[in-house]
Amino acid sequence: MLLIHCPYCDETLPEVEFTYAGEAHIARPENPSEMSDDAWQQFLFMRDNVKGDHFERWRHLHGCGRFFNAVRNTVTDKFLTTYKAGAPRPDLAALKEGQK
Amino acid sequence: MTRFNAFSLLKNAVTGHKGWTEQWPDSQPKAEYDVVVVGAGGHGLGAAYYLAAQHGITNIAVIDKGWLGGGNTGRNTTIIRSNYLYDESARLFDHSVDLWQTLSQELNYNVMYSNRGVLMLAHTVHDVQSFKRHVHANRLNGVDNRWLTPQECKEYCPPINISKTSRYPVMGGALQERAGTARHDAVAWGYARGAAARGVDIIQNCAVTAIRRNPDGSVAGVDTEKGFIKAKKVAVSASGHNTQVMATADVRLPLESMPLQALVSEPVKPIFPCVVMSNAVHAYCSQSDKGELVIGSGTDQYVSYSQRGGLPLIEHTIAAISEVFPIFNRMRMLRKWAGITDNTPDRSPIIGKTPVKNLYVNCGWGTGGFKATPGSAHVFAWTIAKDEPHPINAPFTLDRFRTGRLIDEAAAAAVAH
Repeated sequence: MLLIHCPYCDETLPEVEFTYAGEAHIARPENPSEMSDDAWQQFLFMRDNVKGDHFERWRHLHGCGRFFNAVRNTVTDKFLTTYKAGAPRPDLAALKEGQK
Repeated sequence: MTRFNAFSLLKNAVTGHKGWTEQWPDSQPKAEYDVVVVGAGGHGLGAAYYLAAQHGITNIAVIDKGWLGGGNTGRNTTIIRSNYLYDESARLFDHSVDLWQTLSQELNYNVMYSNRGVLMLAHTVHDVQSFKRHVHANRLNGVDNRWLTPQECKEYCPPINISKTSRYPVMGGALQERAGTARHDAVAWGYARGAAARGVDIIQNCAVTAIRRNPDGSVAGVDTEKGFIKAKKVAVSASGHNTQVMATADVRLPLESMPLQALVSEPVKPIFPCVVMSNAVHAYCSQSDKGELVIGSGTDQYVSYSQRGGLPLIEHTIAAISEVFPIFNRMRMLRKWAGITDNTPDRSPIIGKTPVKNLYVNCGWGTGGFKATPGSAHVFAWTIAKDEPHPINAPFTLDRFRTGRLIDEAAAAAVAH
């Protein structure tokens, strides 16, 4: 059972309260009508599918209902951190230093 | 390599089974091959087998980072069926079911294909309508499928609870009688043996670290833990790790790798005559020849390469099994495991050419790859040999995510993959 920290509720809770919402930091296109098919393909479908430290979105569905971001290692399933939506990507090197 | 027949079995039985020779050699890589297949699962070994058996290409290496058949081929719940909604999928999966029928004879290796039937239960009015639509669509495509009443479901599979007062009452079911199960390991072994007998090198415990390209962009070969191997063509079918392998050739794929869990119970006497799937309650179940109930459901929701998966999903699966088969609710489970499945956004596979010349990919089988092993391997071998897709896999391009011609089985078919 994953334990996930909701940055809004400031509580660490079981994964069944949360739903996964895919890779994080994929920005919506600013000018959709000017996008090429290739660019749409990248935005809609292509994913990094990282084996290692993965920036991803979660939603605290059965709690506050809000989306937030997380960094989780996809090999160990261990969360490095969670942070509020809209916040910039945390520095991975600093996070890993903090884990040691 | 000894051919299996009644005489050789009898001879070895009376001589204490000391006369069997190895089924395939554990090869070391040569400097150069016509085709290098990355991934020695059923799909990769099968592709090598069909390349050698049907296309006359025998200078092939199948390379795996572990042992052959040690990934999802050895981790699935062995269900085989072809009751898919769309024409493209029905053709692909029914091609596979056709090949399953005679695979043991073709390979001279018993893959224990058992067409015991797959029954998909309907629990709501919506289920009934959508399954009947499936039955009609399947029959128009020549795919065997028929509708059963709750009573007929009970007769076909006695452990099902069809009580009207249960929480999710059975309102009927769609039965594909030609569908069934097979022995998963034997499929990998049979293809490996058949391919090796035709000169294919199977190189185990040798991870491919990168795909190397020529200055003109075409494929040059693969870098491995045992050095560089030159190859005219490279075919990737590395399941959960396709993203990583293909990224080394600068090909991005629309894949997300997720754990799919399965579990087996303690072995019991024969009680479960077919495969039953329940999409609404969300689990599927069959009984292995050893007597274990083989149980599975959907993937975990997050990207992971852990080959473990989370316990909440197992709890959910067992709850569903107890709901549909109350008779099993005191049964003890022996073990559980997970395989890493590569899932596409439309839940249909990608089989074909890539933007890189002489690089081919067979990926995105998600949670439903085992059933397709012979068909997938057969059309993939065709694609590699002729440098153009077989008519059956022509719609399953990587390019469909650019053109928008998706084969959206995930939403429309409502099948548990």
